[in-house]
Amino acid sequence: MGKAWTFGENMNTDEIIPGRFNITIDPKELAKHVFCEVKPEFAKAVRPGDVVVGGPNFGCGSSREHAPIAIKGAGVQCVIAASFARIFFRNAINIGLPILECPEAVEGIREGDEVDVDLATGQIRNLTTGAVFQARPLPDFVLKIAAAGGIVNFLKEHDIQELINAE
Amino acid sequence: MGTLIEEIFSRKAGRRVQAGEIVLLDVDYIMSHDNTTPLAIKAFREIGKPIYDKNRIVLHLDHAYPAPNVMAAENHRKIIDFVKEQELPHLFMQGVCHQVMLEEGFITPGAVVIGADSHSNTYGVMGAFGAGLGSTEIAVAWVTGKCWFKVPETIRIELHGQTQPGVYAKDVMIHIAGLLGMDGATYRSVEFGGEYIENLPMHERIIFPNMSTEIGAKCGLIAADQVTIDYLENETPATGPFEMIRPESPCYERVLEIDVSTLTPQVACHPDVDNVKPLEQVEGLEVHEVYIGTCTNARYEDLEIVANMLKGKRVNPLVRVIVTPASQRIYKKALQNGLIEILMDAGCTVTGTGCGACIGRHGGILAPGERALTTMNRNFVGRMGSPLAEIYLASPATAAATALTGRITDPRKMQKSE
Repeated sequence: MGKAWTFGENMNTDEIIPGRFNITIDPKELAKHVFCEVKPEFAKAVRPGDVVVGGPNFGCGSSREHAPIAIKGAGVQCVIAASFARIFFRNAINIGLPILECPEAVEGIREGDEVDVDLATGQIRNLTTGAVFQARPLPDFVLKIAAAGGIVNFLKEHDIQELINAE
Repeated sequence: MGTLIEEIFSRKAGRRVQAGEIVLLDVDYIMSHDNTTPLAIKAFREIGKPIYDKNRIVLHLDHAYPAPNVMAAENHRKIIDFVKEQELPHLFMQGVCHQVMLEEGFITPGAVVIGADSHSNTYGVMGAFGAGLGSTEIAVAWVTGKCWFKVPETIRIELHGQTQPGVYAKDVMIHIAGLLGMDGATYRSVEFGGEYIENLPMHERIIFPNMSTEIGAKCGLIAADQVTIDYLENETPATGPFEMIRPESPCYERVLEIDVSTLTPQVACHPDVDNVKPLEQVEGLEVHEVYIGTCTNARYEDLEIVANMLKGKRVNPLVRVIVTPASQRIYKKALQNGLIEILMDAGCTVTGTGCGACIGRHGGILAPGERALTTMNRNFVGRMGSPLAEIYLASPATAAATALTGRITDPRKMQKSE
């Protein structure tokens, strides 16, 4: 359970973490500057378990993994967006930052609402309004990566071929 | 039977694949640069497995090169030490990664190349699959030689006619970005074709796959033809035979027909790539910097257009005009043919090669309240430094005309007066 932080459409990777801060790969250091351009108060006020809520095409722009790492480093539990840009989608899964695609939830959550997310079922509850939303299920191979806590951990235990082998 | 991406992936998979399938493919080359390699090295150490094939790994120092600060230098050190430790054969400090990948012949028709850089889509110009992804996946590919892909649906963009003088591929692509929007092709392959594309030289074709990233595309493709083969044979060390893979009875999600013959110079205005206007609507807007560079528009022919327009003239003395050739090879050719001298005489600052000002790290950072007109592919807020600066994207010709006046200027007016 955490507080919702809402962002607009086309939230790009430069807005998530500007290029000038990407000279480090330390999650805590990156987290100090996350969203500094669009929501300067975010980095100081965010609490572990909070949820980022974004519009369509969240994470568009560069391939920098620093963007999901900065968000994860800030303690964000999950990113809910109307849709994700493709590289951000892959990167978030690979580094173990939970993401859910749910346009209805984005419509029904306001800044500061208390939100509860069940990643296993994709159910999103707005505790402030009482509304409940169901996110689109993630593909099987994505769930395999998520279950391992990211692709690096997956590879420690498995062969890459196991990702897409039939169940 | 399939779209160009289905044909390319089918050859690689050794069986027919169709849009919607998840496939695990062998990758021909794995590209990363000084911004993204340090994270890949970290992930590589965590995975703890050996490199699958050293020859497939291509590393570049270009994003903050030469190092503008100690942390950037530390990144370079980390990468060079890794190259020594693993005895990797391909490390380049010769310019923007994507340009060097093409020049060095790593990209051939039908190849599957991934890069830890969003503009890896550029490789689609050779009829190859090129896509950007993150550092962790780069490390995964280092140790497995493989990457997973969802075979994408395809949007075909059929371009008809010929552009008018003063209108370039950049104007056409900016126009397309305005039509489709920043998420207009998300997860999709975008195929560019039609008689306009067929008649274009390589340096103009590159703009389309390169900027397909800006409309969210997974890849932007142009089928290989004789122009592609001529480039490979004459300009790169790649050796054939090269296969000209083409779409075969394709089934497209959507086909867009565009007549380029009536198009005028276009500008992508602050703060989004899809905030596109015909130049006349922003003509006269004051600029403080003109930046000619990047993987989009800093090739020899781009510098030639600029030099032809600036020859014997002086740029506006209150505007910083910065030219960053995309690669050492381009720089050297421009030097040998006198272009650099023309640019310098006109008052331009010519910098070393690399990504330069495009990522706001060095080489032309903007102050709050400033406005730049550039040949880049991306104008996000804060991209070139201050979040309070504005970035406008246009062709090299528009950049040259604007450099002369200090205001956004229609290049056709300057070209006519010659």
